[in-house]
Amino acid sequence: MAKLLILGGGISGHTAALHARSLLGHQHEVVVVTPNSKWNWIPSNIWVGIGLMNQEQVTFDLGPVYKKKGITYIQAKAVSIHPEGSQDNSSPFVSVSHTSPTKIGENEEINYDYLINATGPKLKFEATKGLGPEHNSLSVCTYGHATETSAHLDEAVARMKKGEKQKILIGTGHGTCTCQGAAFEYLFNTEFELRKRGVRDKAEITWISNEQELGDFGVGGMHIKRGGYITHSRIFTESLFTERGIKWITQAHVSEVEKNQISYEQINGTEGNEAFDFAMLLPPFSGVGMKAFNKTGEDITSILFAANGFMIVDADYTPKNYEDWSAEDWPSTYQNPTYKNIFAVGIAFAPPHPISQPKKSVKGTPIFPTPPRTGMPSGVMARIVAYNIADMIKGKESEPKRKASMAKMGAACIASAGANFFNGTAVSLTMYPIIPDFHRFPETGRDLNYTSGEIGLAGHWIKHLLHHAFIYKAKANPFWKVVPE
Amino acid sequence: MTTLRKAYEQSYYPPIPTKLTKRFRTNLIWQFIRFVVINIKMLRMVRKH
Repeated sequence: MAKLLILGGGISGHTAALHARSLLGHQHEVVVVTPNSKWNWIPSNIWVGIGLMNQEQVTFDLGPVYKKKGITYIQAKAVSIHPEGSQDNSSPFVSVSHTSPTKIGENEEINYDYLINATGPKLKFEATKGLGPEHNSLSVCTYGHATETSAHLDEAVARMKKGEKQKILIGTGHGTCTCQGAAFEYLFNTEFELRKRGVRDKAEITWISNEQELGDFGVGGMHIKRGGYITHSRIFTESLFTERGIKWITQAHVSEVEKNQISYEQINGTEGNEAFDFAMLLPPFSGVGMKAFNKTGEDITSILFAANGFMIVDADYTPKNYEDWSAEDWPSTYQNPTYKNIFAVGIAFAPPHPISQPKKSVKGTPIFPTPPRTGMPSGVMARIVAYNIADMIKGKESEPKRKASMAKMGAACIASAGANFFNGTAVSLTMYPIIPDFHRFPETGRDLNYTSGEIGLAGHWIKHLLHHAFIYKAKANPFWKVVPE
Repeated sequence: MTTLRKAYEQSYYPPIPTKLTKRFRTNLIWQFIRFVVINIKMLRMVRKH
């Protein structure tokens, strides 16, 4: 009998758990440790943030699903990994602190044979003074944050209906943020919602971002064929902003968020302030801060985790100049090189370097997007890791054979730009590969036959369909495997 | 909403869609066709994994 322990019950951890459970006989145990009792379809949080959905529509209780599938569920937060065991425990184990109301604060050691780290990120609001719902700005990163943001939006709309002008500020709250796509979706859904509520003329909407240019999205943007030209996503994104009357500030690191004003610095050294009445600014991410110890209790955190707190896997972490980056730098099995029974998927793995070109301001402040690794890629890598571990547990393989490098993987992304069945729109993007590979595709780094983008109502239909399809799949309802990651 | 009156500002340069382009974005027949096409593109992407 083998025991697979999965840390995290988000999109990647939950995907890995369901696949592992379906692959392994019941003589083997699959255990999920996650601090939250609910699963959240995070892409739909933007619709919670504008009041179109409530949090019950984007979440469900994990407990009943895990009970149905025979997965052991422990509501707890992982604190430290002990890959060699300890003086008192010869088995590798993870120390956890319970978070359920009945056992809160209790500590436990959970042994494992194989470990998947899928904890997702820590939302590092503290990186910028005054950033976050506990201070002066709002967020849609969790369903709780999104619900609070929706209430604040309602208040802003009420003020606009009384004739007051409102300054709306949406974007990234630090120079090293990722997930610009989520902020982009919230921006355009807010703009659409204000039009729907008849107050668009009272709102001045501004986008602020750490992207070098609009349309970068943390992947260096993308080129697509359109109208006889190969055109960068910057052109289409600027077009959309102009069409909707949205001002933009790019190459910006937000240094402080005060009650109704932000201070920011740009790559060229410009320092500025921007007033707001309503600000939704995403935080940067880091690892969740787990520690690691060897058998003698010595701290080996730096062996398991990179400086940013994300887990070291089979990537090439050698520092290189942008010109020397290679698709081969990116991991393919997500296996830790020191402890071969430990894997990390989704946001939890440490990328070898960014995808967008790194930039620093004249003062030396890093201002560039860190690589996105959410959604479709995180689901795919979770599935592949689950299959590899199942093969090793069953003795079919001695090492992971299946691969899921983001440099050989495509992604489809639907970014909502207004939610309505008849006049809503969404940007539908496909790209292959996610990591540009200038060796295989010397012109743009990507295969132009598989890289596309367009905006229209069809995208909204697909976005809505995916919302229901992925929640159906996550609930492990009949034929859940038919829905791809 | 869009105005090109203010020369040399950031909104002066990007392409803006014509009325026809905007109409096609929400035309039910055209968008049904695009729905099929986009789904095929996404399935091709999934098959490449």
